[in-house]
Parts: sequence; structure tokens; C-alpha cells
Amino acid sequence: MSLSVKHLLGIKELQKQDIEQIFQTADNFKEVLQRPIKKVPSLRDTTVANIFFENSTRTRISFELAERRLSADVVNFSSSGSSVSKGETLVDTVNNILAMKVDMVVMRHSASGAPWFLANHIDASIINAGDGINEHPTQALLDAFSIREAFSKGSKKATLKGKRIAIIGDIMHSRVALSNIFCLNKLGAEVMVAGPPTLMPRYIQDLGVKVEYDVKKALEWCEVANVLRIQLERQHKPLFSTLREYAMYYGINKQMLDSLKKDIVIMHPGPINRGVEINSDVADSKQSIILDQVENGVAIRMAVIYLLSGKREVLE
Amino acid sequence: MKTLLDNKQLDITLQRLAHQLVENHDNLKDTAIVGIQPRGVWMSDRIAYLVKKITGQKNILYGKLDITFYRDDVHQGDMHLPKQTDIPFSIEDKNVVLVDDVLHTGRTIRAAMDALLDNGRPKNVELMVLIDRRFSRELPIQPDYIGHTVDTVRSQKVKVYWMEKDKKDEVVLIN
Repeated sequence: MSLSVKHLLGIKELQKQDIEQIFQTADNFKEVLQRPIKKVPSLRDTTVANIFFENSTRTRISFELAERRLSADVVNFSSSGSSVSKGETLVDTVNNILAMKVDMVVMRHSASGAPWFLANHIDASIINAGDGINEHPTQALLDAFSIREAFSKGSKKATLKGKRIAIIGDIMHSRVALSNIFCLNKLGAEVMVAGPPTLMPRYIQDLGVKVEYDVKKALEWCEVANVLRIQLERQHKPLFSTLREYAMYYGINKQMLDSLKKDIVIMHPGPINRGVEINSDVADSKQSIILDQVENGVAIRMAVIYLLSGKREVLE
Repeated sequence: MKTLLDNKQLDITLQRLAHQLVENHDNLKDTAIVGIQPRGVWMSDRIAYLVKKITGQKNILYGKLDITFYRDDVHQGDMHLPKQTDIPFSIEDKNVVLVDDVLHTGRTIRAAMDALLDNGRPKNVELMVLIDRRFSRELPIQPDYIGHTVDTVRSQKVKVYWMEKDKKDEVVLIN
């Protein structure tokens, strides 16, 4: 049994069986993480390079922890303070790192498609840790894994089939939204995207999602709300007047949740802008599984790295 | 193909192993039976059941251990998908009896000991196997309880069928 892919570039290329295999493996790693010794020796012979051309807290720490808990050797690279500022190209940078006998590359890049480009030029397995506004596959996997967990009772695992999930906020600039749509669709969930029209990509309904511009209606429809951050760093022209106005019309607060006749699950991929897309009384409420998502991130990334480390040619 | 144990012999052998275990552990309170995933678990289920029946004790410590992440052949051949590890008690200072169906090279047991010790520090660890393929060891590992010993060569295969999974109880040697 192995994944159908050599790299994890995007959820788009995965089969449903791949996702289920990753979840099943992640279940086991979650158990490992409860042990007194939260570490297994599987990848003692593997070296992973974390190459981050864009800022990150959660994802980088989560990947690094996952790698270390698989006993892999880890090297970290971030573009600030590196030779990238001297004009070195992406392929040269990565090939120089690989020349030091690195087996796997985890990369975040601000250019959409950068990991696909890299996959055409190097031999090592690549894991996309977020590329521009395109995909963030491990985030989508941990989101779906957390939803599955939220609906599971005991050791019986729930499926996402037919679950109604709303993705709310800056859909246009969010790689989390796109990867989530692909992932949830493959698992048979119903997906709605909601947010202001200026932050909604055109033709998004062609991906098989419902589109809603009224956040209240989206909340009434869904069982799970995945709230996204407003990505001001990617908005090069004003798409709404002020953050305060956005918070008024599209922010999620306790009052809104209380007016629903049901308890919905609240998610957020982080970093949170408290008081903008989500209020503290929601982010810190019992319905929120935001910190479970972070916890599950390590197990999911361990599973992805483990499964991709796969078969290797034995050196004579 | 040769039958090593038929269903009746298999039952007698398991009875004997369970009795030996009880004989060696006068206070079962500190003894834990741990089956090795995937195939050792079918055997440990039986052993745990028989030990309960023999002693009349209902609450014996029984767990299952998956060793996938501890294998030494991660990058050779196909990936192995893990099964559940379920040890719902502390193994600290316990007498642990590892249970597996076939002992061959000893590499599985090496991995199992590493996996077990990551869960705590047992007082001692013993090994119970149904079939001991003598003379084919690649590591210095010997069982404490042996159901049946066979002399085999590498190309042969020993297969244990369990009623619960395979609809029959039988141990066969395949050439």
C-alpha cells in the first residue's frame, strides 16, 4: 500500500483512497503522540528540508515537529537572510540543498504553482506547505481530519459524506479554501463558500460548491463553519472599505451563533485576526475546535511524510 | 503443503500455552498480555480468553501493539499500513508477555520490543509464539513459550489460519 502520488503538491491530484489512507495512518500517529515517548524511529535514515519563502508559525513548527517525531533529520531554510537576496534562482537554491543529501522537501512559496515547477526539476519528494493563492494541502487534510474527529463517537470514525461545511471569508486569496473544497468534495461533503462578492472568485460554483453572500444564511445552512482570515498582504487594491465594516457584515460573533437553533462546529486555520473575521467569544467558545486543528496538524503531517517516504532504491 | 496443526491440535496447543502462562505468573495482577498486530492479535485474543477461563479472573491486562513504525524495512518493498495500538493500561513495572503467531527471523520481535518500551518500562518481557521456525533467526531472540517447533528453509512459508478471520483453525507449511 502506498499513495498514488510521489509528491503532495495539491489535493486536486489525490484520490479518495489516498486521503483515507492518510487519515488511517494519522489515527495511529495521534495515538503515538499520547505516549510517554512521542516518537517513532521510522525515518531515522531520512533528511527533510523545510524551505519557507513566506512567513509561517504554525505550519513550519508543525512540519518540523512531525519530522522530528518520525526521527528524521531536519534542516530549515527561510528566504530572509539567505542567498535568494543575492539573486539565486529557486531551482538552484533547492538543488544546492539537495546536493547535501536531502531526501524530501517541504516548501512554502508566494508564487502559485511553484511546487509543480520544482517537481519537474528535482528528484526528491516535495510537500507543498502553501503556494500563493493556490493550494495548502496539509491544512485541508487536517481540517477534514478534525471534522471527522468532531463527529466521531469513541473509536467509530465518522465519514464526511453529506456533512454541510461552509467556508467563510476571503475565498479569493485563500489557498486553504481551494484545498478544502477539493478535499471535502472528494470525501462527499457538501460545501458552501460565503463572503463579500469582491472576495469571491468568479466561476467558483463550477467547482461544485454553493455560493452565498449572506453569512447569517450560510451559518443557518451549515454544520461546520471554517472561518478564514482576510489576507490583506495579498490584496493589492481595496476590496472592502474598512476592516470595521467587514467585521460588521461578515465577522462571526456569539450573538449570531446564539440566534441559530443548533450548535455548529467553528474552525479557523489561523492566524486569527480577533475582532475581524471572528470574535474572541466565538474563537474561544466550546464549539471551536481551532486548537484541535493545530494538534491534529502534527499527526496529519507525520502521516503524509511517512507515506511519501515510501520505497527508495537501495544504493549498491 | 503440509498441515502442521489441525483445529484440534491447535486448540490443545493453545490450552497448554495458556496453562504455562498461568503457571509462571502466580499473581496475574501484574501480568499483561500484549498481542502483536496484525496476525498475533488473533492468537492473543484466544490466550487472553483461555487465561480468564482457567483462573476465573475477569480483569486481566490485555493490549494490542502495532509495530509498523518500528520496522527496519520502511524503505524496502511496499509501505505497510499501520493497525491500531491499544494498550489501555500502564505497562510500568508489569510482566509483559508478547504474543505472536510465527517466530521467524526475529525482526518483528525486535521492533515489538522497541515499540513496547516506548510505552513505558516493564519489569520484564517474555515472548510466546505458536510456531517457532527454528534455525532461521537473524537476531538473537528466543521465545519463552513455544506452541510447536518446525525446521524450515527460507523459501517455505508457515501460515496460521484463525476461525475468527479465515473461517478455519489450521497451521500449514507451504513449500
